[in-house]
Amino acid sequence: MNSTSKGLFFSEVKRWKNLIKEQGFKVMTVLEDLGSNEKVKYKMVPKKKTESWIQQTKRLPLGWIVFGLSVPLLAAIVLSTGSGFVTIAFTDVIKIVAAKLTGAQNLISHLDELQPVVVLDVRLPRILTSALVGAGLAVSGAVFQGILLNPLADPYTLGVSAGAAFGASLALLFNFTFLGLWSVSVFAFAGALATLMVVIYLTAGGGDFSSGSLILSGIIVAAILSAGVSFIKYLADEEVSIIIFWLMGSFTSKTWAEAGLVTLSLGLGLMVFLFFSRDLNLLALGGRTAGSLGISPRKVSLILLITASLVSAVCVAVSGIIGFVGLLVPHMVRFVTGPDNRRLIPVSALVGSLLLLCADTVTRVVLPREIPIGVITALIGGPFFCYIFRKRQMLRDG
Amino acid sequence: MYRLDRIGFAYGEKRVLENLSLTFEDGCFYGVIGPNGCGKTTLIDLLGGHLKPDQGAIQMNGSSMTDHSPKELSRIISLVPQDFFINFPYTCKEIVMMGRYPHIPRFARPNGNDLSIVESVIKKTGLAGFVNRFVNQLSGGERQRVVFARSLAQDTSVLLLDEATSNLDMQHTISMLNLAAARVAQGALVISVMQDINLAAMYCDRMICMRNGGVYASGKLEEVLTAKMLREVFHVQAKVEHNPFSGALQVAYQKEVDR
Repeated sequence: MNSTSKGLFFSEVKRWKNLIKEQGFKVMTVLEDLGSNEKVKYKMVPKKKTESWIQQTKRLPLGWIVFGLSVPLLAAIVLSTGSGFVTIAFTDVIKIVAAKLTGAQNLISHLDELQPVVVLDVRLPRILTSALVGAGLAVSGAVFQGILLNPLADPYTLGVSAGAAFGASLALLFNFTFLGLWSVSVFAFAGALATLMVVIYLTAGGGDFSSGSLILSGIIVAAILSAGVSFIKYLADEEVSIIIFWLMGSFTSKTWAEAGLVTLSLGLGLMVFLFFSRDLNLLALGGRTAGSLGISPRKVSLILLITASLVSAVCVAVSGIIGFVGLLVPHMVRFVTGPDNRRLIPVSALVGSLLLLCADTVTRVVLPREIPIGVITALIGGPFFCYIFRKRQMLRDG
Repeated sequence: MYRLDRIGFAYGEKRVLENLSLTFEDGCFYGVIGPNGCGKTTLIDLLGGHLKPDQGAIQMNGSSMTDHSPKELSRIISLVPQDFFINFPYTCKEIVMMGRYPHIPRFARPNGNDLSIVESVIKKTGLAGFVNRFVNQLSGGERQRVVFARSLAQDTSVLLLDEATSNLDMQHTISMLNLAAARVAQGALVISVMQDINLAAMYCDRMICMRNGGVYASGKLEEVLTAKMLREVFHVQAKVEHNPFSGALQVAYQKEVDR
């Protein structure tokens, strides 16, 4: 065969293979008689019912996924609490917590006096805060992606982070201390809230909140605020390093008060998200269709938008700006659970907390010097995201 | 079923519908025709309860439309929109199942009845080969069939079609409209906005012709679909006559367009 007829032959084979594929069969190539009498044989094999890996895992029951993630999360919390500058055996960690909870002091009588203090007052609040913030960011990321109909949205798309950064920078620049240790967090939260209100005010004209105009006003407001932050950095000579460090995020010296605050906001937020998770599914069909399926799209998106922004604003106020968790986690989880928010939201919470807890443990324990957590998540998350994205693009074309 | 009494609607300053009075009866297939931008889609949105008229009132089964919650309306009225885009990888089956949401309590799983309705709808619409395909990877026509199936699964007594067959090939156009007509035979009300007047003539019992936000004519098909109407509303020269092959009134056009 010359090359043209060979090309024709193969294009014909390809067409033929596709036809068979449509009938639910797979074509397998069987090579026979390799050598001078080269023959290619094709064999028709019935295709398996489950078409792809994604299809198969989609049917994993939610209970199994939640259980399968809760166990490593608990293990990670215990192990991470044990490791650090002072190493504590994980059995002792459990004993210390049990002693605290039950009041049975004999459990920890054999331990050094310092160890319970390290576990209960230093490490646990920090570790729990990081896990809770991870869950909060991941969940609100999933909700934002659902409302904005954009798998590339994250909790910061509407300028929550820029608002928080501006508020925190102001507090740091003028050295506000009238609210004690909480001054910066309160200002960050207020900044995030004010930004959200401006964005909603800009978008709410008539009709529904269209995803395009929400994203656009978020970008505009965030751009103005970023300029403001840059100006504040320029004004602050000595405080500039403090501002930069705050902006990059950290869980250093978090207390039970912060852990409690995040627990409260995440708990309330999760209740709202799970209650509206089915309505959020319908929003994916567009406002008009969602309306015809029994929800009020404007009301549902407004409630979810405000709740998700509040949850992420609390996270940012407590820990600074930690990127990529809110974008990456729901995106990854969607591969396993599918886009149904009733599955996506709880699983995202678990994966988010596991991820941020591990990242925080890496900077706290493994690295010789503590690096801001926001840098770690972006450094690990970014390339990983590129990899997933690329793989998906290949799948789509192939 | 519906009684529209001198309703009007405006998007901000722009008046779209003005002084519109119509009635719709159960067990009829209504075709809504009219030039682009005459307010057909707005009418559909008002009938579906997605928009509220700022003048006049819409009565549904004797009670005002505003007395019904969106949830109640979704068990009575379903909508197939014209254009449809989903950014998330839902499978076709999941989309069709969404048509059952109004009937399933918030935290419950679909019961046997829901599953069998979804399955029979999938079979009827010829989507059996698509159930596990992702809806964001389908072509426009395939997606429209999935959306059509979703609204059939909603199992409502009113079906609103807003140019619901605009992306479909002839085979699927006819089979989808046959499914809608079968609903009408069972006593449902179908209101369909259509660009293709010949297709409308094949399926409609009643026709509503709109112009500039008002009703130009409404009533029995043969009373509305006339050469005079086509000339005055669409500015085309046409001849309307019964076609024995299609078994319906059909329109033939001339190339000249009125300016």
